[in-house]
Amino acid sequence: MYEGAVQDLIDELGRLPGVGPKSAQRIAFHLLSADPTDVRRLVDALIEVKARVRFCDICGNVTQEDQCRICRDPRRSATVICVVEEPKDVVAVERTREFRGRYHVLGGAINPIAGVGPDDLRIKELLTRLASGEVTEVILATDPNVEGEATSTYLARMLVPLGLTVSRLASGLPVGGDLEYADEVTLGRAFEGRRRINA
Amino acid sequence: MYVSHLSLADFRSYETVDLELDRGVTSLVGPNGQGKTNLVEALLYVATLGSHRVPSDAALIRSGADRAVVRARVVRDDRSRLVEIEITNGKANRARINRSPVPRVRDVLGILRTVMFAPEDLALVKGDPDGRRRFLDELAVLVTPRMAGVQGDYDRILRQRSALLKSAGAAMRGSRGAGDLRTLDVWDAKLAETGAQIIAARQALIGALHPHVAGAYEQVSGGQGAARITYKSSLDAAAPVDENPPLAGAPASYSEGAGDATGGLDQLATGRSVMPGVHLLEARLMDAMGRLRTKEIERGVCLVGPHRDDLVLELGDLPAKGYASHGESWSLALALRLASYRLLTEADGPEWVTDWGIDGEPVLVLDDVFAELDSRRRDRLADLVSKAGQVIVTAAVPSDVPEQLEGARIDVMGGQVTRVL
Ligand SMILES: Nc1ncnc2c1ncn2[C@@H]1O[C@H](COP(=O)(O)OP(=O)(O)OP(=O)(O)O)[C@@H](O)[C@H]1O
Ligand SMILES: [Mg+2]
Ligand SMILES: [Zn+2]
Repeated sequence: MYEGAVQDLIDELGRLPGVGPKSAQRIAFHLLSADPTDVRRLVDALIEVKARVRFCDICGNVTQEDQCRICRDPRRSATVICVVEEPKDVVAVERTREFRGRYHVLGGAINPIAGVGPDDLRIKELLTRLASGEVTEVILATDPNVEGEATSTYLARMLVPLGLTVSRLASGLPVGGDLEYADEVTLGRAFEGRRRINA
Repeated sequence: MYVSHLSLADFRSYETVDLELDRGVTSLVGPNGQGKTNLVEALLYVATLGSHRVPSDAALIRSGADRAVVRARVVRDDRSRLVEIEITNGKANRARINRSPVPRVRDVLGILRTVMFAPEDLALVKGDPDGRRRFLDELAVLVTPRMAGVQGDYDRILRQRSALLKSAGAAMRGSRGAGDLRTLDVWDAKLAETGAQIIAARQALIGALHPHVAGAYEQVSGGQGAARITYKSSLDAAAPVDENPPLAGAPASYSEGAGDATGGLDQLATGRSVMPGVHLLEARLMDAMGRLRTKEIERGVCLVGPHRDDLVLELGDLPAKGYASHGESWSLALALRLASYRLLTEADGPEWVTDWGIDGEPVLVLDDVFAELDSRRRDRLADLVSKAGQVIVTAAVPSDVPEQLEGARIDVMGGQVTRVL
């Protein structure tokens, strides 16, 4: 245990994902000895991100406006929606340059252990978007793990009866992995090989 | 195949250790508690990503250290591959093959195959069903590494579905609404999909294993009685009487007189879509869950699936568990391991010829088994394994190593290894 402020900093850092007690300590002491202007920049970035960044009204992606860049872009097709779990997955799919439609970010996956059910995800918002009839195809691009698959199956069972074309990213993606870690080639191929769930 | 080099850092009692190994027999000799089993446990970890002694990785890390590293060089068909696994407490493990990181630790499965005989094997016969399920599932992974993914997914699905059943049950008993049962159908489907593959794989495995078990038991016991292995599924208990053909009893691959051991394994090698019986099993699982739904919600547990099944071992017409003598139980446990070894040595189905090369013969590990056996069984076992490609034997004193297994000797003392012969 360290005195007051140092321990507070270590505790705060230790609450971040992927940062263990040892790393938290290393980062804290790095910050202590760092140049004050560098630390100031970090502080500004943190405050800025909380103050300015919000979630897109339409798709749930991160943005600094009411709506994200993709939803505002008239060149993007409004007839296809790609459903992902997290904003970072939008970035992953964008990197493939395979997809010209829009996104819908669920904000997670169905996970009973963590107490996450359909109502905790942005599924109602998705159904509202689909109600206008403009969208004809939905691509389910949740993570290729147990929770992602369950979420996709749940959505597919709900969407197929609406008469939409529903597809799931083809395998080729490492099972059990996170979508964000898939390399561009693999993910791109998976996009090309996506298969329809309703015949 | 054989392991030419094993090195450990912060694994069990070892801070660091380097071990050169060769084809043929190597015995690790040293008094109790000096670290012999720790060495072979590390080999087993490379082959199965698990330990035969503990269910979780934490005990494998040297106390006081953050992570352990196991490094093994595996030679097969003159090709050598270096497998490195970093075991970290509470975080995801990492692995490298020939120095390049692999996306999932699971990717190292299939490089090293081992069959281990250990005193703990007695629990296969005398212990609870989960040890026998693990025996089958680990063997399935050695035959088809893909099954590791299916098993991992199944365990996860089981936990998710159980959590859902529990919260639904709690919501029903309480005054609050019906809980989130809308997703239960989805979890049913996932459980059936993966569970059916596991059951089908186990059945295929039992079909292929059975003649080997019977043969090995006869050899080890010196021709005393017939050993039989069959699958007992929770599906049978769940099915209404007379509706479905029982799963228990001899699996089709040999009860129909096909008698073709590799036929059973061929089934295992093929994917889910073509694995025979998988679709029927999937439908039966769905059906059983439908009928058990109220009960499952009441009790908050998954009542049907491969996690409730068992491998039934019989000697003559009696179940081994609760009937077999101590010596008979030992012989049967040895027969199960010998049968696995033969199965893996003979397995030459289409998939593993291309994937693994021809030298799939597993490394045999005999941890402390000779001291437990009477001299006749000790001799028979020694004869049976002496011709294997690589055999690693541990013993407290040199005289516990049968003379048929004389070879290289390494002394293990207080975390130090010294080559003696
Ligand atoms: N995580 C760990 N950290 C430190 N030491 C450990 C750890 N796990 C086990 N040990 C030590 O390793 C020793 C046991 O080693 P091992 O089981 O390899 O013995 P052995 O040589 O096989 O003995 P035996 O002949 O009795 O089977 C014990 O002294 C135990 O305390
Ligand atoms: Mg030991
Ligand atoms: Zn948007």
